[in-house]
Amino acid sequence: MHRNTGYDREASILAERWQRVFADADAIVSPSASCVVTLRETLGDEIPLYELTEFLTDRLGVEDVGAHYPRRVAYHPTCHSIRVLGVGDRATRLLRAVRGLDLVKIPREQECCGFGGTFAVKNPAVSEAMGSDKLAAVESTGAEVITALDDSCLMHLGGMLDRRRSPTQTVHIAEILGTIEGAEGP
Amino acid sequence: MSFPQRAASALADEQLRRNLGNATATITQRRAEAVAELPDWSQLRAAGAAIKDQTLNELDQELLRFEANAEAAGAKVHWARDGDEACRIVAELMHARKAKSAIKVKSLTTDEIGLNNALQEAGIEAVETDLAELIVQLGNDSQSHILVPAIHRNRSQIRELFVRSFAGPELTDDPADLAEAARLFLRKRFLEAGVGISGANFGIAETGSVCVVESEGNGRMCTTLPELLITVMGIEKLIPSWRDLEVFMQLLPRSATGERMSPYTTVWTGVHADDGPKEFHIVLLDNGRTDVLANEVGRQALRCIRCSACLNVCPVYSRTGGHAYGSIYPGPIGAILVPQLSRLETGRSLPFASTLCGACEDVCPVKIEIPRILVELRAEVVRYEREHGQQRAERGAMRGIKVVFAGRRRYEAGQRAGRIAGRLFSRRGKIDRAPGPLRAWTASRSMKPVAAETFRRWWRRRER
Repeated sequence: MHRNTGYDREASILAERWQRVFADADAIVSPSASCVVTLRETLGDEIPLYELTEFLTDRLGVEDVGAHYPRRVAYHPTCHSIRVLGVGDRATRLLRAVRGLDLVKIPREQECCGFGGTFAVKNPAVSEAMGSDKLAAVESTGAEVITALDDSCLMHLGGMLDRRRSPTQTVHIAEILGTIEGAEGP
Repeated sequence: MSFPQRAASALADEQLRRNLGNATATITQRRAEAVAELPDWSQLRAAGAAIKDQTLNELDQELLRFEANAEAAGAKVHWARDGDEACRIVAELMHARKAKSAIKVKSLTTDEIGLNNALQEAGIEAVETDLAELIVQLGNDSQSHILVPAIHRNRSQIRELFVRSFAGPELTDDPADLAEAARLFLRKRFLEAGVGISGANFGIAETGSVCVVESEGNGRMCTTLPELLITVMGIEKLIPSWRDLEVFMQLLPRSATGERMSPYTTVWTGVHADDGPKEFHIVLLDNGRTDVLANEVGRQALRCIRCSACLNVCPVYSRTGGHAYGSIYPGPIGAILVPQLSRLETGRSLPFASTLCGACEDVCPVKIEIPRILVELRAEVVRYEREHGQQRAERGAMRGIKVVFAGRRRYEAGQRAGRIAGRLFSRRGKIDRAPGPLRAWTASRSMKPVAAETFRRWWRRRER
């Protein structure tokens, strides 16, 4: 957030501290593509840092994590996961292996949802306009749940859904992959 | 006014949003199809970027080579430090020949320096001959798109404007009728004009030639009919050779309009005894470009060939339109060009007018890393405003968050404070009206309060 808002000095201090905190780890897993991108850009590619779906598919070589999630789910490929991190189809491969899950594609799925970090509060009107269009696209799929690799985008979409009293929920992909048969879904 | 304010009023215009959404989606789709036809598109982009970078690295030498070759072919080259100097040169050339009017080819560079107004003040009328530019000029309006400057106007508005300006009341709003009315109006101007003014898409150093691509044929008329031709060219428009032009002739039309080739590609060199203008002047314009060149990250912006693919694909531009950017260079390219050209004196809100989604970089035919430059410029704006004693709303928050996140105890105290604040402001498990700077968040979204249990505590509980 600091880096993308123009506060480089503060961003570097935080990134270096982050590096010290995780210095002993063999693998660091983050549930946010956007954070992974910023850390790689700030600290370099050498640190053993993985976005969650990268970790599961590349490091562990798993596609079926044994999850059970019997709902209609729209996957929103967030900008930083698709265009900057280059996560490709890792998330959809994992989601397709989830038992009972009905995966649907959002029309113009690669268009930004309008979150954009501090953009959401610096340009609230544009952010809302983009979010509304994204939600309309999701609604056209009949999805009950929107999922993504970034909680930040989901926080924006979820906040808008709540304001509209929509029954559609936002659920991070980690929660879907962590739901097993018989357990209460989030 | 800043971008957020102008954008909010643009968004309130539902007709504009629909028109823009449809138009930009159509051009984006057409571009994607035209690009998909070329198997070597990624090599072409790399070549385009490399040619531009190399030329910019040797710009001083290439400009002198261009000047020497242009003058050897009979042109006269002038050097303008800024917009005022360029306007003065054009006005003086016309005064010396007692010319009272000129016809113009669509040119962003002349719009950038406000040439039409400067000429008007000097008693000279400049007539735009590109249909969309004519619409903008007749309506006393401003451009809202690099390539389709009147994209914000619909045809009934255009019909009204034409009836008010030159056409009879029987004119319909059928596009063919509108084009025919403009054609008849302009034809007379073409034949009367003694002076033509153009910009340039490319200047070719090895022969001192100038190239303009366009769709309507007006550009060809403006550059061939008048006795005196004046071209105003930004110094970054230079390419070394005709071989290089081949690369851009593939990149530009496909990126701009989704066409394999532009309907009119005009290239001219110097003057010729029995054909075309008798006198040809080239005004080479700096106007901040050497400052951009000095910025190691930002200089990529000078590769731009003004195709406008980044505008059409931008989720912000396609909703706000160009006027929200407050400059003739709107969209992602405007957001990195305008602040740099003015040494951050104008357009400081523009680098923040982006979600950094990266769609622009993906389509850029010369591979400008627009998001990277936006982030760099954000840091420069923060520094600039700190040095100029201007307060930025978020500075306190950004520092505060840094302090909290930089220490474990402070972070845990912050979490506790957040939980308390969340309890104070939330109703039924959500926050509908947040205080302070977060109010902009809750204007259209509710907010979840900080979770009752921290991740670390949850993790420890699980391990037991």
